[in-house]
Amino acid sequence: MPYVPHTPDEVREMLAVIGAKSVGELFAEIKDEMRPKSFDLPEGRSEMEVLAHMERLAAKNANPEISFLGAGFYDHHIPAAVDALSSRGEFYTAYTPYQPEASQGTLQAIFEYQTAMSRLMGLECANASVYDGGTALYEALMMAVRQTKRRKVVVSESLNPIYRVMLRSYTTNLDLELVTVPHAEGNTNMDGLLAAMDGETAAVLVQNPNFFGSVNDFSALFSAAHEHKAVCVLLTYPVLQSVLKTPGEMGADVAVAEGQSLGLPLSFGGPYLGVMTCTRKMVRQLPGRVAGRTEDSEGRTGYVLTLQAREQHIRRQKATSNICSNQALCALRAIIHLSLLGEEGLRRTALLSMERAHYAAERLAAIPGVKMLTQGSFGNEFAVLLPVNAYEAVSRLLERNVVAGFPLGRYYEGLENGLLVACTEKTSEEQIGLFAEMLRGVLA
Amino acid sequence: MIPNDRLYAKSHEWVKVEGDTATFGITDFAQQQLGDLTYVELPSVGDTFAAGDEFGSVESVKAASELYAPVGGEVVEINESLEDAPEKVNADPYGEGWLVKVKTSGAPEGLLDAAGYQAAIESEGH
Repeated sequence: MPYVPHTPDEVREMLAVIGAKSVGELFAEIKDEMRPKSFDLPEGRSEMEVLAHMERLAAKNANPEISFLGAGFYDHHIPAAVDALSSRGEFYTAYTPYQPEASQGTLQAIFEYQTAMSRLMGLECANASVYDGGTALYEALMMAVRQTKRRKVVVSESLNPIYRVMLRSYTTNLDLELVTVPHAEGNTNMDGLLAAMDGETAAVLVQNPNFFGSVNDFSALFSAAHEHKAVCVLLTYPVLQSVLKTPGEMGADVAVAEGQSLGLPLSFGGPYLGVMTCTRKMVRQLPGRVAGRTEDSEGRTGYVLTLQAREQHIRRQKATSNICSNQALCALRAIIHLSLLGEEGLRRTALLSMERAHYAAERLAAIPGVKMLTQGSFGNEFAVLLPVNAYEAVSRLLERNVVAGFPLGRYYEGLENGLLVACTEKTSEEQIGLFAEMLRGVLA
Repeated sequence: MIPNDRLYAKSHEWVKVEGDTATFGITDFAQQQLGDLTYVELPSVGDTFAAGDEFGSVESVKAASELYAPVGGEVVEINESLEDAPEKVNADPYGEGWLVKVKTSGAPEGLLDAAGYQAAIESEGH
C-alpha cells in the first residue's frame, strides 16, 4: 500500500460508507474544548524549498575538524560493510520476530548478538537489547529491586551524570531510595560506597571506566555487596571490555552498556543501543526479549524467542518491564561490526584509543597550569583541571574548529575547571599536538 | 486420583496439615493444565503471609501463574530441589513436587476436601 494522503474523492467515498456527512461529523464525539486550536504548521513547500531549508538548518551545526568529546559516546570508525549489510531490506523492514517460521534471519542475528555481548561481559545471559545505556541501567536497577525485594540503591557519583539524571526521572514516582555516594576528586569513592551499603541495599551501581575515565577493579566492592545480599550492577564501555577485566570476572550480577561505540554513528544522540547482560541466576528478572537456539522435530537448528512468560504481551501486570522494546536494527549493526573487527580487531581498537588518550594526557599535562584530575589507570578518556573555567576554554577552542572535550562543571559542582577529554583510534597524533598547542595558546 | 489426606483451594493449591506445619503444593490438575514447568519461584524461609496471599509463581512453557497460600503462616522450609528440577512438580505434584512448608498461624478455612475439589474442577468444564 503506498503511503500517500487520501484524495478528496477517497475521503468522500469513505465517509459515504460510514454514513457521515463530513470529517467534522466523524469526530463530533470529541468536544470542541478538547480539540487543538491550531496545529501551527507552515504551508506545504516544494521539494527544492524543503531541501534548501534543511541545508540552512544543517549549516548552523558547528563542524569541527577535531573532537575530543566523549562522556559515554565515542566516535569510532565504522566499516562501510556495517551500513551496507544492515540496510538490506530483509533486516531493515523486519518487525518483531514473534513468528519464528518467518523470522529465522532476525532471530539468528539477535542470538549471535546476545552471544557476543555475553562473552564481552563475561556473563551468562543477554537480552535482545533495550533503548539505550541509560534505560539498560534503570532496568538493571529494577531487576535488583525485584530480586531482593528491597528499596535502597547505592549509586556512585562517578557514574555518568546523564544516566543518573535518567535514573532519577524514571524512579521519581517509585518507592525507592537512591543514595548517591560523592566522587573522590574525580575518582570512585570505594570507602564511601562500602560504608553506604547495608542489609537493606538492593543494588550498588558503579561504572568502569568511571565517568572521569578511571579504570577500577570492583571485585572487592562486589564481594562486600554480596555479603549484604545486594545485587552488583556495572555500567561499562563495550570497546574497552576487550582489554579490561570483565564484569563477570569482578563478580557483577548485571552488566549494562551503551552499545553506540559498536558500529553506531553518534548522529546527535540516537538511536542508540542498550546492552543488558546478567548471570544465569538473574535471567528471570531480565526484561525484554531473549532469542534462543533450539532444534525442530527433525533435528534442524532453529531460533525462537524464549523465556517469554514475563514478557508484557503475556502478563502485562507481571511483566518485568513495560518498556522492553528492543533495538533490533542497532543490535544487528553491533553484531556485524563485531564480526568484521573480530576479537583481535576490537582489541586493537581499544588499545589504539587508549594509546592516543595517554599521549594526549601527557601533552596536556605538560601545559603550565594544567593538572591531571584522573588518578591511576585510565582508558581512552581522562579529566584534567585547567587554570580557567573549562566551558570558557571549550568555547574559545570551538571558534578554531576544535571541540576540546566535555566541561565537567555542567554536572559537578566544584569542578568548573574540569575538562573531560576522549580519544579514539580516529584521533591522530597530529590532532592531539594541534589541540595541545591551541590550548596552550588559549591559556597563555 | 485426588488424595484424601489433604485440603484444596479453588485456585488449585493443596495443603497438608501435620501439627502446626502445613505443606503446600499444586494439584495434578493444575500441573496438567500448565504443561511442562520450566521454573518455580518460591518465597524465602522466614517470609510470612496470610491465607489467600500470593507466595510465589510457577512458569511453564505456556505461561506463568501465581501461587496463592491456602493458609497463612511463616515459611520454615522450601523445596530447594525444584530450582534445578521444576519437572518434579509435573511428575509427582502430591509428593516430591511439594513447594513449601509453613508454620501455620491458624486452621485452614474455606478449603475443599478431595470430593469437593473433584466437583469443582468438573464444573470448570473439564
